[in-house]
Parts: sequence; structure tokens; C-alpha cells
Amino acid sequence: MILIKNGRVIDPANKIDAILDILIENGRITEIGKAISHQPSAISLIDASGKIVVPGLIDMHVHLREPGYEYKETVKTGTESALAGGFTSIACMPNTKPVNDNQSVTDFILDKARKEGVVNVYPIGAITKGLKGEELAEIGELKSSGVVAITDDGKPVMNSELMRRGMEYASMFDLPVISHCEDLKLSEGGVMNEGFVSTELGLKGIPDTAEVVMVARDIALAELTGAKLHIAHVSTRGAVSLIKGAKLRGVNITCETAPHYFTITEKEVIGYDTNAKMNPPLRTEDDLKAIKEGLRDGTIDVIATDHAPHEVSEKEVEFDRALFGIVGLETALPLTLKLAHNGVISISEAISKLTINPARILGLNKGTLSVGSDADITIIDLDKEWQVDVTKFKSKGKNSPFQGWHVKGVVEVVIVGGHIKTNYL
Amino acid sequence: MINKLKSKDLLGIKDLSPEEILLILDTAESLKEISTRDIKKVPALRGKTIINLFYEPSTRTRTSFEIAGKRLSADVVNISVSSSSVAKGETLKDTAKNLEAMNPDAVVIRHSSSGAPYFIAKILECSVINAGDGAHEHPTQALLDLLTIKERKKELKGLKVSIIGDITHSRVARSNIYAMKKMGMDVTVAGPSTLIPVDIKKMGVKVFTDLSKAIEGADVIIMLRIQLERQERGLFPSIREYSRLFGLNVEKLKNAKEDVMIMHPGPINRGVEISADVADGPYSLILDQVTNGVAVRMAILHLLTGGV
Repeated sequence: MILIKNGRVIDPANKIDAILDILIENGRITEIGKAISHQPSAISLIDASGKIVVPGLIDMHVHLREPGYEYKETVKTGTESALAGGFTSIACMPNTKPVNDNQSVTDFILDKARKEGVVNVYPIGAITKGLKGEELAEIGELKSSGVVAITDDGKPVMNSELMRRGMEYASMFDLPVISHCEDLKLSEGGVMNEGFVSTELGLKGIPDTAEVVMVARDIALAELTGAKLHIAHVSTRGAVSLIKGAKLRGVNITCETAPHYFTITEKEVIGYDTNAKMNPPLRTEDDLKAIKEGLRDGTIDVIATDHAPHEVSEKEVEFDRALFGIVGLETALPLTLKLAHNGVISISEAISKLTINPARILGLNKGTLSVGSDADITIIDLDKEWQVDVTKFKSKGKNSPFQGWHVKGVVEVVIVGGHIKTNYL
Repeated sequence: MINKLKSKDLLGIKDLSPEEILLILDTAESLKEISTRDIKKVPALRGKTIINLFYEPSTRTRTSFEIAGKRLSADVVNISVSSSSVAKGETLKDTAKNLEAMNPDAVVIRHSSSGAPYFIAKILECSVINAGDGAHEHPTQALLDLLTIKERKKELKGLKVSIIGDITHSRVARSNIYAMKKMGMDVTVAGPSTLIPVDIKKMGVKVFTDLSKAIEGADVIIMLRIQLERQERGLFPSIREYSRLFGLNVEKLKNAKEDVMIMHPGPINRGVEISADVADGPYSLILDQVTNGVAVRMAILHLLTGGV
């Protein structure tokens, strides 16, 4: 039994924001209310006075790299990184080696997660075999082995006919289709956002249009098929505007952005910092503003990290040759809270984009503090300051553009399935 | 008047002040005479080691740096790395660290990746000189272009310069834009709209897609080399059409000033971007540029490694 006393409980799904106690028994939340009494002997007591108590955070866009790229990250280190960042559940992308396009890979990941993982792991399967964009993966089998969505993340399905069939097929299993929207011809050879900065630096640009045209295509395909479409890592004003319009028309669409797209811009690339290289690329001030507007008006449902660990040697090279991607699990919470601190969105909205919204999209019985739900809980000190130090990351990846940043918001306690995994109180 | 450069490196014109540019040009003017002597050598950099690290094929620039170093009595070593071996071989970081272990005084680097000189300058304690990085900068080319113009026109301020061709992929264009804007010159760029980079106007230049308008009243025209592979990537339909629209010949020159100077960073595509009668004609300063290249590189090496 665990009793969390006197915390400010924020549970957006139940519209709760109040000083309450929470009782946990047998891995589930059994009571939530004012001044819950208890017998001291049989209980772990957590005094959460002055802290916020929220549903365990959920990151629906993580690259765990295992199997195949264990030198970058493993299920063990990736979930430890998630835990350090306050996440109790993560969904992992299928671009492993071998690709998660069949049951044996899904089984392997789930088995690893049970044995070595410290948070809940939900695999995401491939849309096409080998992410090759040629023929559909066995999506039915993937579903029955436990995937919560399908995507060819990192490699968009360029063939519109195949994407249509993938979406139709996935609807049979009520699986969301996550789309990495990028027209590979428009983005070919590009290494950063196309604009004045790329012109000055002499780097090949990726126009925002590469994202926008594919978002437009996938919205049209979602309308055609009725499939559940989720747009990954939205980075442009154009995409936000299209998704907003689609939602108004009643299209079955959701989307996410990542903390870097509402925190920093293409200017980070000046000086050729390869930790500012990711796909989609960092965009302009105007795009950043549109992302914030989209978060505020609800167009953007989810904040996900696109945690993409790489080995140092894959980043300490010429900008052209550096791999795309940054780690995000251990900086996502303070960067998201910054939006709340700055009044862009409320704390409750910020928490919903990190909890109940991704849970609903993926169909997980998570993301709330309702009585009877899994006891996944994160306790946060909203105002405590700290400095980002990549050398202290639990992730194997140290590729973060936020190194040295002073941020606010510390994870104090993390409870996963009723087990206290972290406790600094 | 200043007598040295702020940085240990020459990575781009963007980082230089107008005073530094003038210092380099003045130094080059005074060193130029050495190349006309019977014995073309002074002991200024005796005992200094300069490494030419070239990741792209280059005849002119590499030779120019080598001659510049040798005329100042430095020991110059050339390392050419073919791009195919880079894929399998050691990283640029490891190469740089290995070179550093041999205690050179300067590394001159040419690389196909924009920013590569910045990358190694962070690793190396010795001077790093950018001899051209991707589509980013080619600072010594811009400096030798300025020297060539200054010799002829005396005053740089107010001159009208037109840069014609593939601006998108041109490091020469970028370095020249920075350099010329810093010296108060009026810069126009022109080329096919597919080869004009996004937001180039924000660099303070005028943009045209019509050659005759672009060179109207020009004091200086810099023609850029067009590469055939751009056509293969669908950026323009054919060399024939490119040449018709953007090739410079005597007929089109009528729009420019009577004493217009024609320059080209080389190597030229005769009959493509520049006709033979222009390249070899009285307006052409293409070979003066090459001569001044040695002088400018002597100046850079002297200012960065000469221990003034």
C-alpha cells in the first residue's frame, strides 16, 4: 500500500486540480480524496506537499534501438531514461534491425521490456515489410502480438496507393496509423530547414513544403478510408493549419509535436552544431509560433519526444554526414512545463498532452488517476531549477541541443504499476 | 590601422571586419612583388609547417597555397583524400587529431561538406584556413577577387558587381557577397531561378533572372562555373539553354560599363558560361586573379602563422 498525501493532484481526464490524497493497493489506485486516513504500519507514505501529482507520463514516440542498434540504446537504458524523465509508459518505433514488422520482433521487445525494462513498453509495428514501402506487413499478427499502432516512421510510405491500403487494413483492427510526413523527393539531400539560415550556411535545405504536402495527402487518405490517422512530429505552420482544418471537418486525425519544435529554431544550426540536426528539421520563429498556437487551441494533441539516441561518433562528424535525431526523454518535461510557466498553455493542458491524450490515441488504459486504473504516477516539483547535463543522462545517447540549459521542473517520485521506482522525497 | 587578425583561423569572410579585409589586401599587395623576383623566396615562414588537406579535387587552389607557402619558406605538405576513401576510412576528427600530433602551424582544408573547417578548427590548436567548404565559403577566393578589383579600380566602395550563374551551390558567391557588402560595394546576383537560393536578398543583394538587366552598368562581372550534374538533377533543361540565357559573350557585354572587368574563379567552361572572346579578351582579368591568388594566400599564411 502506498499513500500519497497532500499533493496538488492534476488529472486532466477527470478535470481534477486540487490538494488530495491518493491510495494505491495491489498496483491500482483504490481511493482518491481529501485526508485519507491510514494505519502507519502497513503503508509507504509519500508526503507530496508543494508538489504536483499527475498520471505517469506517456511518450508515444521513442526509438529504443533494440534489437539491432544496442550501441545506441537498449530497452534497459531507454526505459531508464524514460523513468528519469518522469515517463511511466513509452511506445517504441519499429525502425530497429530487424524491423518490427512481425510477431517475433514484437515478442522480443516485450520480453526484453518485462525482463529489463523499468517502465511500460508498447511496441509500434511497421506498416510495410522492412519499412520498404513495397508491401504491407502482417498487421493483423502484429496487432495480436501487442502493437498499439503502426508506422513506417523515418521512412514515409511514398506510394499513396499502398498508404491507402495500409490505412484501410489497419482500420479492421482499430489500429492508429502514425505518419511521418515527408515527401522524400522534396527533402532529398536536405540536412536542415530551407531558408535564410540554410542559404547562409551553404547547407541543403528541406522546405516546410516537404512536410505540408504529405500531411495534405494523408488527411485526404484518412478522409477516404476513415482510418485513425496520427501525424508524428509536426514542425510547420502549414501542417498545423491543415490539421486544424481537417479536425473542423471531423476527420479522424490527431497529431503530436516534440519539445524542440516549440523551444528552438533553425538558428541553432549556425556554427554547424550536429545536435541541432533532426528530421523534420528545426524550423523558423514563425513555425515555432504556429506550433505553440496549435498546442493552445488543441490542434496538437500530444507532446512526444521522438527520442533518437545516437553514438557520439555518429554526431561528431561533418554536418552533412551526421545522423538525424536527438534524445528527448530526460528534457521533455521541463521544456513542456516551460510552456505552462510562460502561460502558453495551462499546467493541466500540458499534462494532458503528456498523459491522457497519447493514452487515448493508442487505446491504453493509462493516463488518468481514476479509481481502478493502473497506479502509474509521477510527482513533480514544478519550480525547482536544474541544469541539463548530458553526461548524467541515463540514456546512452548524449545528443541533445539543450546541454547546459537552466530549466525548471524536477521529477521527484515515479510509481509504475504500484511500485515506487524513483523517490527523491 | 590594425596589424593582425583577431582569430587564429580564416574560416569565412563573414567573421572578418572591413579593417581585417583591408589588412589582408595591403599585406598581399606588399608581398606580391616577391613573386616577380629572380629568387622568389623570403625566409618569413622558415621552420613553419603547413598542411594542405584536400578532400576535393583542386588544382588551382591547392597549387596556389603550396606556392604561397614555399615563397615564404614554409614547409608545405599536401594530403589529398579521395571522397570514396572517406566513407570507409577514418573520421575527419581522427584525421585532424593525427595531423595535430605532428605539430603543424596551419592546416588548409578544402572539403565538400559545408562547415567542415569550423569542425576541425574546434579540434586543432593550429591555424585552420578554409580553402572552400561545400556551398558555404571560399574566403581566399573572395579576397583575391577584391585584390584584383582594387588594383584596377583603386577604390572599392560604390562599385557595382554582378555575380552570374549557379548561386545556390556557389561558395565563391557567398564569400564575395560578404566581402563586397563589407567593403561598401553594390552586389547583384543573377542566374536561373532554380539556382538562386531562398532568401538570398536578405544578404543585401539584388536578384535578377535576366542577364542583360543584371549586368547593366556593372563595373565588375563575376561568372560562375556551371556544373553539368545540376542539369541531371533537373535544375535547368540543358547546357544549350543555360548558355543562351546566362552565357556571357561580347554581344551581351554591351549592357555593362565600357571598362567592365570580367572575372571567373575557374576552371572555365569555354563556350558555356563564358565565350572564348570574352575569356581571352581585353576585359578579362581571369589570369590576374590567379596571380593575385598566390599573393593573397601568402598574406593569409603570413598573418596567421608569421608570429607578427
